[in-house]
Amino acid sequence: MFHSIRLFVLSVMNIVQSNYTIMGNSLSQSSLTKKYVVALAGLFLITFLFVHLAINLLLLLPATDTFNVAAHFMGTNIIIKVFEVVLFSGIFIHIIYSLIVQVQNWMARPVRYKLENWSHTSPFSKFMIHTSVIIFIFLVFHLIEFYIETKFLGQIADVVIDGESYPDMGLKVITAFKIPIVVIGYILSFIVLGFHLHHGFQSAFQSLGLNHTKYTPTIKLLSTAVSIILAVGFIIIPLAIYFGNY
Amino acid sequence: MATLNSKIPEGPLSEKWTKYRAEMKLVNPANKSKLDIILVGTGLAGSSAASSLGELGYNVKVFCYQDSPRRAHSVAAQGGINAAKNYRNDGDSVYRLFYDMIKGGDYRSREANVYRAAEVSNATIDQLTAQGVPFAREYGGTLDNRSFGGVQVSRTFYSKGQTGQQCLLGAFSGLIRQVNKGTVKMYPRRDVLEIVVVDGKARGIITRNLVTGEIERHSAHAVVLATGGYGTIYYLSTLALNSNVSAAWSAFKKGAFFGNPSFIQIHPSSIPVLNEYQAKLTLMSESLRNDGRVWVPKEKGDHRHANEIPEEERDYYLERRYPAYGNLVPRDVGSRAAKERCDAGYGVGETGLAVNLDFKDAIAKQGKKAIENKYGNLFEMYEKITGINPYVEPMRIYPAGHYTMGGLWVDYELMTTITGLYAIGESNFSDHGANRLGASSLMQCAGDGYFVIPNTIGNYLAGEIRTAKIQTSLPEFEEAEKSAKARIEKLMAVKGTKTVTSFHKRLGKIMWDFCGMSRNEAGLTKALTLIDELNDEYWKDVKVPGSNNELNQELEKAIRVADFFGIAKLMVIDALNRKESCGAHFREESQTETGEAKRDDANFAYVSAWEYKGENQSPILHKEELKFENVELKIRDYK
Amino acid sequence: MNIKLKIWRQENSKVKGKFIDYVLDNVSPGMSFLEMLDALNTKLIQEGGSPVAFEHDCREGICGSCGLYINGRPHGPGEKSTTCELHMRSFKDGDTIIVEPWRAKAFPVIRDLIVDRSGFDEILKAGGFISVNAGAAPEANSILVNKEVSEEAFDVATCIGCGACVAACKNASAMLFVSAKISQLAILPQGKVEAAQRVQAMVAKMDELGFGNCTNTYACEAECPKGIKVINIARMNREFFTAKVVSQKTT
Repeated sequence: MFHSIRLFVLSVMNIVQSNYTIMGNSLSQSSLTKKYVVALAGLFLITFLFVHLAINLLLLLPATDTFNVAAHFMGTNIIIKVFEVVLFSGIFIHIIYSLIVQVQNWMARPVRYKLENWSHTSPFSKFMIHTSVIIFIFLVFHLIEFYIETKFLGQIADVVIDGESYPDMGLKVITAFKIPIVVIGYILSFIVLGFHLHHGFQSAFQSLGLNHTKYTPTIKLLSTAVSIILAVGFIIIPLAIYFGNY
Repeated sequence: MATLNSKIPEGPLSEKWTKYRAEMKLVNPANKSKLDIILVGTGLAGSSAASSLGELGYNVKVFCYQDSPRRAHSVAAQGGINAAKNYRNDGDSVYRLFYDMIKGGDYRSREANVYRAAEVSNATIDQLTAQGVPFAREYGGTLDNRSFGGVQVSRTFYSKGQTGQQCLLGAFSGLIRQVNKGTVKMYPRRDVLEIVVVDGKARGIITRNLVTGEIERHSAHAVVLATGGYGTIYYLSTLALNSNVSAAWSAFKKGAFFGNPSFIQIHPSSIPVLNEYQAKLTLMSESLRNDGRVWVPKEKGDHRHANEIPEEERDYYLERRYPAYGNLVPRDVGSRAAKERCDAGYGVGETGLAVNLDFKDAIAKQGKKAIENKYGNLFEMYEKITGINPYVEPMRIYPAGHYTMGGLWVDYELMTTITGLYAIGESNFSDHGANRLGASSLMQCAGDGYFVIPNTIGNYLAGEIRTAKIQTSLPEFEEAEKSAKARIEKLMAVKGTKTVTSFHKRLGKIMWDFCGMSRNEAGLTKALTLIDELNDEYWKDVKVPGSNNELNQELEKAIRVADFFGIAKLMVIDALNRKESCGAHFREESQTETGEAKRDDANFAYVSAWEYKGENQSPILHKEELKFENVELKIRDYK
Repeated sequence: MNIKLKIWRQENSKVKGKFIDYVLDNVSPGMSFLEMLDALNTKLIQEGGSPVAFEHDCREGICGSCGLYINGRPHGPGEKSTTCELHMRSFKDGDTIIVEPWRAKAFPVIRDLIVDRSGFDEILKAGGFISVNAGAAPEANSILVNKEVSEEAFDVATCIGCGACVAACKNASAMLFVSAKISQLAILPQGKVEAAQRVQAMVAKMDELGFGNCTNTYACEAECPKGIKVINIARMNREFFTAKVVSQKTT
């Protein structure tokens, strides 16, 4: 599938390029600048994932109240609102820049090899675009379900906590995680995210020029740790809800 | 008949170059940009010359057959580059370096040129270092030196075993900087087919564009050849496969004399021939003989595995013949001794054309670790090529054609006998006499390019400032192009049955057998006939596929091999003429009772400079008598 | 040995190419890969065919001319070796070997297995040098260089510019090559003076020529015949960043 997408993009780009020299103008930032941007945005998104994970783990508390309050706070606080813009920009920039880089990379090799062997490299690194597409699809579902529906459609039932009314996000999550297909999809998505981060985290340091004989092995370990913690952390929740007594 | 004028400045040896520079004519900066210079070849000599000439402000056009100038074969030099810096405080000096070169060359080089080469060597190291060449360093940050080539001082600067690569890349960076500035224009993937001479002056070249096959004309006020040596005459050699003599040969045919063509160094330690398809001999550094012991079995045709032959049945022939120097005899002596044993039937390996280089004793004495530290990369390279681990069984080595001391005859200004045509680096005959010492070729090439030619060419071009741009429409260009095209068409028209390479191999074998490490009257005379016969056969039966108007590697080879026939014959004629043994040139008729080389200073202390007289005419010999005013001629003895 | 070959044949840059199958008998394991191709060419010429064009020169792994994509790997199987150093003993009797040219937009095919790598020289032209004129160089020992630094510079300077990094990279990126050159001159004190201009000029040229971006897959490092490390790419990124941030120029 990717091959045909690649071919399609290449043909489009050829037309675009011949008419507008797009690579020479609007996307004229240096290849290295683009790398910094992707790396910085990626690292920023990782910090957000940790915050998100921390809040999600509140679900596993005996009552969903804390989670609901926290979710509401995240949804309404003015500072968080500002950060929300930053966050979406981060996602947007990470995706756009990665896409530009990907397209340019495809263009750099218009004729492919008949036989391509595996060099001794990190396997995850070769599938960043593939994993990112899966993550993106997940993100779309996720945003429709929990962001748009809550914020704009108001389809979430309210719950009263300490005399105040909050959207019962906790219930929604728990309801969702009782459906096997959602649980499976969710888990698979986070496994894929783990792969993405396994390469992405340490790769960001390389892109930012931070590669050092002494420290890089630690960064690589850290990268593995981050990818496992985030993936496992998120995966625990649906499993606990599905099999547990929520 | 033209006479040779070497234009050596008057005065004491050490002041000649200073005097020359004080008196030479200069070209003012505004005029330099109106003068064009063509430079052929981008090895260390060519690249350094191009960068210097470009920097001076001349319009330089640079040609090479490779896709990039940085691939020229200087890249393969291993050991190092000499200079008389005396950083070790071990008594070195310009004079000492000069003396070692004159003696190492067996007193067949010109004192003034050799002295100048030694004189500019120090500035060369400064220049290369400033350009970012990562020479080996001491812990204190100063440059390191090692001892090389059997001299008594440590004057060799080096970058592990890749000094040539580092020097060339350094010089190349200077070249590419000038390309960036617009003073130098690069013409890669071009072969030179003709030198164009107008009114007795070199004014241009005819090239073949190797990608399109187009025959092109290029003009200039002066032409500099930096085209390297012709060691590929033997087919198998340590040279790059595409190295060739064509540019120098076309200069010869246009009137440039050829100096000492038969002086060609055979390096004693290369990996031997392993199969009939072999195209290349890889050098194993001379330094290996510091610890390795050379031997063959005492019994003829002993086909046992080397490790199964007991100590008392081995003949360490170098130690036997040369007890004083043992395995460390100079290149020419070591090569001849190996050939002698193999010819007598004692050689090892499937072909019998190899001797053992054994590290067993060194490993036992110093430990494997120590040997690995010294020669690890060479051992690895050896194993990569042969599949044999030299830590557990002896290496096999055999001599291979390596470096041509001979080349276009040049005067003190490095100008050939064609006015305005210069030859620098290995392509000229000058500085190494009859035998080159280790680490002195990089030195000479860089010295010629950075410091000699930029001065001497100005002395000539100062007289050319009124000469307008040379037009390529001149009849001389027309004629040269026609002649080049005719030659190509003739080659293509043969449509014979045998490949170009098969001829090159056969020519190489004739040269190796009769004009290689050891030469004699009968063999050389026979070689003349054989070369002629093969040449005739070539023009009747060579098969060049494809067409002229495309990238055609077979045609490239065919043109080059055609010129090899010419130089082969000239080598043999020169070897026949020189009835003495000196340096790499060993005439069996001129040896001592113990089989050592015997020089004949009374009759042969001259440079033979050959003049072309036409396709089927014998060349004419001109002698440049060598005057030794500063050194006393001695006999080299290694017993 | 008997070897089957699938070789990319393309007459020139303007026409399309295709794979052609060949069979070669009597291949000896001691032959080098290029000698095997020599033998194939001899056979082709004798049969009236057209020999396979491939680039080669020194045949000892130092000039960087040769470069074939063999069975899915630049320079074929074997670690840290160039095509000319590859020997037939790395293959088995009856093997099929697929030989392709380097594939990259910036390396167009000229004929058969020969590609145009002049892009590398274009990049070097943009800044791969130290601006010092002949005669103007200071005494060599006036520039002290720490031994370790000097060796580090040497290690990157061993790059032979063969293009295997571009060929290996899934993005056809030239970063390893460019960073090796930038690193050599950025590490050494002689080169530091111009480091900021150099890195910007060379990276700009690299981008302009259509080489891909680096996605830190490190296939380049795995396939580099001279063992150049990706740590140099990080150094280039760092140098570039500093240059951009520190530079007073607004362009």
